[in-house]
Amino acid sequence: MTPSLEPISELKLEGITKRFPGVLACDGISLQVRRGEVLALVGENGAGKTTLMNIIMGLYRPDSGTIHVNGEEVHFHSPGDAYARGIGMVHQHFMLVPNMTVAENLALGLKELHHFMNLDIKGAAKRIREVSERYELPVNPDAYIWQLSVGEQQRVELVKTLCLGARLLILDEPTSALTPQETDDLIVRLQRMASELAIIFISHKLNEVKALSDRVSILRHGAVVFNGQTANHEPSELAALMTGHDVVLPRNEGSGIQGEPLLSVQNLCVRGDRGNLVLDGLSLELRAGEVLGMAGVSGNGQREFADALAGLRPVESGQILFGGKDLANRTPREIIHAGMGYVPEDRQTEGIVPSFSVKDNLILKDFAEPRFSKMAFLRKKEIDSNAEVLKERFDIRCPSTSTATGSLSGGNIQKVILAREISRGPKALVAVYPTRGIDMGAQEFIHEQLLARRREGIGILLISEELEEVMNLSDRIAVIYKGKILKVLPAVEATRERLGILMAGLADPDSPGDAQAEVPAGAAHE
Amino acid sequence: MSAGLMIYNVLCLAVPFSVALLLAALGENFNQRAGVFNLGCDGIMCMGAFLGFMVPFSLKATPWAAYGNLLGIGAALAVGAAMGVVFALVTVTFRASQGIAGIGLQMLGWGLAGTLFRHFVGGVTGVEGMAAIAIPGLSKIPFLGGVLFNHNALTYTALLLVPACWFLLYKTPWGLKVRAVGTHPRAADTMGIHVDRIRYQALMLGGAMAGLAGAYLSLCQAKMFSDDLVAGRGFIAVALVYFGRWSPLGILGGALLFSIAQSFQLSMQVWGIKFPYEFAVMLPYVLVIVVLALARKARQLGPTDLGKPYNREMRF
Repeated sequence: MTPSLEPISELKLEGITKRFPGVLACDGISLQVRRGEVLALVGENGAGKTTLMNIIMGLYRPDSGTIHVNGEEVHFHSPGDAYARGIGMVHQHFMLVPNMTVAENLALGLKELHHFMNLDIKGAAKRIREVSERYELPVNPDAYIWQLSVGEQQRVELVKTLCLGARLLILDEPTSALTPQETDDLIVRLQRMASELAIIFISHKLNEVKALSDRVSILRHGAVVFNGQTANHEPSELAALMTGHDVVLPRNEGSGIQGEPLLSVQNLCVRGDRGNLVLDGLSLELRAGEVLGMAGVSGNGQREFADALAGLRPVESGQILFGGKDLANRTPREIIHAGMGYVPEDRQTEGIVPSFSVKDNLILKDFAEPRFSKMAFLRKKEIDSNAEVLKERFDIRCPSTSTATGSLSGGNIQKVILAREISRGPKALVAVYPTRGIDMGAQEFIHEQLLARRREGIGILLISEELEEVMNLSDRIAVIYKGKILKVLPAVEATRERLGILMAGLADPDSPGDAQAEVPAGAAHE
Repeated sequence: MSAGLMIYNVLCLAVPFSVALLLAALGENFNQRAGVFNLGCDGIMCMGAFLGFMVPFSLKATPWAAYGNLLGIGAALAVGAAMGVVFALVTVTFRASQGIAGIGLQMLGWGLAGTLFRHFVGGVTGVEGMAAIAIPGLSKIPFLGGVLFNHNALTYTALLLVPACWFLLYKTPWGLKVRAVGTHPRAADTMGIHVDRIRYQALMLGGAMAGLAGAYLSLCQAKMFSDDLVAGRGFIAVALVYFGRWSPLGILGGALLFSIAQSFQLSMQVWGIKFPYEFAVMLPYVLVIVVLALARKARQLGPTDLGKPYNREMRF
């Protein structure tokens, strides 16, 4: 094992400050965590949590401040140094090399397996088996990373970090990419491990914080604004401290008025990346002035469905009728002109051009309109004023509208996208995981915006994994399972349990008749 | 002439043809596996070819003459490694665009070798070069003996380097690190691996092997030097790495395919088959383009971060 001087029993940060160009990411942060303790670190996007953790791991150098391990001051120059003192981190974006096996990924960091012209890969596999048995984290050392699901990769990350000798685990939003079931599973495993380790748990999700942590520290704008015992505080209290004001996630107070049918999808068949039929006869209807929530475990065809609606993926067969026109296999430009708004799942690569400024990203779909261009020249003044108006209206927090969009936090990037899509005045809006990985404050704002558009008569298709979000916002909820709509039910009839059962593809307990007829048909197409 | 004899002749010629490509492409493979593609390979080969020729040429009438070839090869390896370091400085440390830097290095190597040659040597002069060593016993095997076991030492070295490079890449700690920094440098960094250091090492090794490939051309194949000796083989080598899907065995297959096409077109001329000469010369190059275009786009196993400089504090 890496030569730990002695098992880490205490980590103490004092006055950590880090500046990036134009941003004060960490502003004199002091924290402390001991063995046997879970410290939750919560804060909005851009509050400086990840930066702080990267400083602990030696990836960034702090501008000032000190780090103490077991009372002794340390200076880490690379993550190797941090591991040598028993500190390990599971990053939000997994740090696994996809074309190598689990054992090879571990062997990268285990220097004592590196012999001259000989790599002890068996030793790495053995170490993995020991740790995965001890902590009950099943992992196959010979599997390639790209073959594993997100949940399995998460386990590999945990096992890897433990194998490297970490006794203080930093978990950076470990549940952000997991399905609800995988999340519950992870929380249970972490609770079991907590007694012999120290854990710093970063999350937006206050129910997870509540379930797992002993103490909680809240970061806002790079500074610690609150320290306390988790047990003594309610999630709503923490949410208010995190955002600086009381957060009440808005709800759809459905008036029950059903609008005209707007978008009608009939027997849609679409192939996935591996060539198999991922959507297999999906039919769905969206009406004007409603939010139709699509619930389902990710990987059941949501991504392919959204791609097909946006014209980014060929349609095998079936129709997408929108305003009397079939939009199947049309180009994205035609679909945009037909009045379809689209908030994509992957905001960094599909929603924006990261290196473009905020104002340029705001006109990505309309740069050719007379409003923004004249005789093939862009109208700079119009673009600037458009950006200023939208920045104000959508509360986009950026140093200026000329800032590169990719440098903003996730919540603000999402506001840029939403501002662009909504300001175009679409008839329908497809929003895919619109608040994934976004803090409470931005989430509240985005939800309010979606509900306001609904009142204006726009039809909104909300694809999400967050049951709370779907249940709060929707008029009707469609459950997708294996490329088909298993059931559409009014939101008032939906409960967490009922949706959970439907999402797992089981028969609907409340109306067994129709569900049973549909389930085998869906399950037959594997 | 019987068909069997024709095939024999083509293969006997193809193996020596493939050596320079094989050496350069195996080296380039280390570069690319580490995430850097070095288009300067061709320029490094030019310098390697020049020094491989120049050293034995200037030692001809001295007591060192016996070691001329060996010293020439050493000089080619050294200049290749040095140029690899220069390329690493530009692309890894200063994070310049790899494509442009590579073209620059190619032109530098090509121009420098030609200029130095004209300054110190001038006209067409040959060197003795390296003689073929028939391997006792094995070279007597019918057919295979002539094709595989009757060549010079560098040819044997190149063929043995195929399994050696495979071993280095897949079975040693260094190979593991190379593959990691080319695919997911940030993951490698979080595991305590010095991304830049590994990329420097890979570029040095790749450069040295390209230098060796150049020396093979001047010392073994042409036994002379001229400006156009390398003739774009460095670029073919880069293409062969893609063609071989970043695996040493695949690269061997690509190098042999290309060389067989080349030796086939030469043989056709020798046999006097009426066929437009220019078309035949084109054949191997067309083959590479077609194969590259049709090659499956499965990048699952390749270095997915190829061509991107790594910056630890980069936020997007």
